[in-house]
Amino acid sequence: MTDLIVIGAGPAGIAAALRASALGLRVVLLDDQPQAGGQVHRAPAGTRPVPPSPEARTGTVLRDGLAGSAVEARPGHQVWSVSADFRVDALGPEGPCHWQAPALIVATGAQERVMPFPGWTLPGVVGLAAATLLLKAHGIAPGARTLVAGCGPLLGAVAAGILKAGGQVAAVADLAAPADWARRLPAMAARPDLLARGAGWAARLRRAGVPLLFRTTVAEVEATATGLRARLCPVDADGRPRPGGTVVEADAVAVGHGLLPSTEITRLLRVEHAFDAVAGNWAARLDGDGRSSRRGLYVAGDGGGIQGAAAAPLRGELAALAAARDLGRLDAGAQDRLAAPLRRRLARAARFGRAMAGLMAPRPGQVEAITPGAVVCRCEDVTRAEIEAAAAEGAREVNQLKAWTRCGMGPCQGRVCGDTAAALLARHHGIAREEAGLFTGRTPLRPLPLAQLTGEFGYADIVLPPPAPL
Amino acid sequence: MSSSRALLVSFSFDDEPYEGSAGDSLAVALMLAGRRHLRDSSRQGAPRGAFCLMGSCQECVVWVDGERRPACQVPLRQGMVVRSGTIGTDTP
Repeated sequence: MTDLIVIGAGPAGIAAALRASALGLRVVLLDDQPQAGGQVHRAPAGTRPVPPSPEARTGTVLRDGLAGSAVEARPGHQVWSVSADFRVDALGPEGPCHWQAPALIVATGAQERVMPFPGWTLPGVVGLAAATLLLKAHGIAPGARTLVAGCGPLLGAVAAGILKAGGQVAAVADLAAPADWARRLPAMAARPDLLARGAGWAARLRRAGVPLLFRTTVAEVEATATGLRARLCPVDADGRPRPGGTVVEADAVAVGHGLLPSTEITRLLRVEHAFDAVAGNWAARLDGDGRSSRRGLYVAGDGGGIQGAAAAPLRGELAALAAARDLGRLDAGAQDRLAAPLRRRLARAARFGRAMAGLMAPRPGQVEAITPGAVVCRCEDVTRAEIEAAAAEGAREVNQLKAWTRCGMGPCQGRVCGDTAAALLARHHGIAREEAGLFTGRTPLRPLPLAQLTGEFGYADIVLPPPAPL
Repeated sequence: MSSSRALLVSFSFDDEPYEGSAGDSLAVALMLAGRRHLRDSSRQGAPRGAFCLMGSCQECVVWVDGERRPACQVPLRQGMVVRSGTIGTDTP
C-alpha cells in the first residue's frame, strides 16, 4: 500500500519524497532518467570526466539521501499515464508497471522554450538545456565551435562550460541588454553565490575573446558544406529585429529562450491552470503549499511555475507536509510549525527565480519576427504561414488549430510548439492567451512501443464476445 | 569524476559500423561519432537530429533493434542495430 506517489526526481521531487517518508508515509518516487537528480543535479554518465560544480555535489548528496531512506525510488521509469484516481502507469526496464495512491505530487520540472527561426530544425542546432546536459553528464560540448544564443542565465553557464570542456564559442548572442541584467541585480542579490558564478563566467568569456553580443538574436541558420552558418540580427528591447547584422560560422548552435513549466500531467488531470503574464507561461493554479484544484494532487518545483532550483526543494517539502496533513498523518498545528521556516526561505529563493523567469519571458517582437516559412511544429512540419492561414479562417483556440493543421498532433504532444502556436493565435486575433487556450493533455504522455504493453499473445487467445443479434 | 576511459562498444547505424562509450546514450554516441543527421521529417523530408536530449521532443527517434525509440533515452549497448528514424525506411 502506497500513501504517496511523487513523479519527477529532481530537487523538488526528492525533497518531497524524503520529507514525506520521514513523516512515516510510504512513498514511491518515479523518474524517467537512469539516475535521480533531475536536469539541474543530473548524474555524470561516467564516460568522461566532468568538471566539479555545486550542482553536481548536491546531486550526489541527494542520491545518497535517497539511498539511505525508506523511499521506494524508481529511476528509469517513464510515466505514460495518470488516471483521475491516481493510478500511475510507467514503463520501466522490466516492462510495464503501475502504482496507485491517495496522494500524488507532480514534480516534473520545466522544459525549454525555443522560438522558431528558419534552420532551427537542422541537425547540430540543440537547446541550451541540451547543451548543459552534454556538459554536465557527458563532459562534452555540442560541437567543436558553438554559437550560444537566446536569453537567461543558461547562456553564460553553457558558453563558459564549453570553453572549460575544450570547445570554442563562436559568439554569445543575448536578447537582453546589459541594462536588462542590471535591473535584476537587487533580486539576484538573494543568491550571491550565483551572482559570483555569473561574474566568473563573463570574465572567462572575455578572457577567451568570445564576442558577447547583447540585444542580438539568431535570425536564421543554414547548413553549409562544413557546418552551419548563422545570421545574427540586432533587436530592440521588445525583441523586434533591427537593420544590420553579422554572419557567424560554427558547427553547432545552442539556443534557448527560457523555461516553461511542464504541465502535461496537470493538463491531463484537467486541473485549473493560470497564465502568468510576467513569466509568459501557463502553470497549474496552486495554493501556497502546492495544492492544485484537484483533491490529493500537488505540484512542486518549476512544474508549478518557474522559481528556480533553490526554491524547488522548499516547494517539495511544503507539498509533502500538505499531503501528510490532508491524509490525516500530520495535525494542522504541526504542519504550520514545520512549514513556517520553509515558507520564509521560499519567499527569498523565489524572488531570485522569478527575476530570472522575467529575464526569460518572451518579448512580443520575438513572436512577430517568426518568418512565414519557419517550421513551428517540428513533429508535423507545420509552418507559421499555415498557422496564420488557419487563424484567418477562424481558428482561435489551440485545440481547434491542432485539429485543422495537425500542429501539436505529433509524437512530442505539442510540448515543443504549444506555447508558440498559442502566442501566434493570440497575436493574430488580438485576444488574451487565456482565450487562445492550451493543448488538452492526452495519454500516452510519451510514445511507447505497443508491444511493451500487450506482451506476447496469440490472436487465437483473444476472447471475442458473440455478435449482438440483429 | 571516476573513470575517464569508458568501455568501447560497437554498433551500427544504417549498416555502417560505429564505436561509442558504454554509459553514453545512443544520441550522444552518434553525436560524438559525427553522425548528427538521424532521420528526415515526415512531411518536408528535412534532415533532423537530436534537439532536447532529455526525452521530450522526440526528434532523435530512430529504429533500435526494430523498435522506435528516442536515441537520447537509450543507453548504448554492444551490437545495437540502429536505423534512421525516417518513416518508411524501417525494416524491422
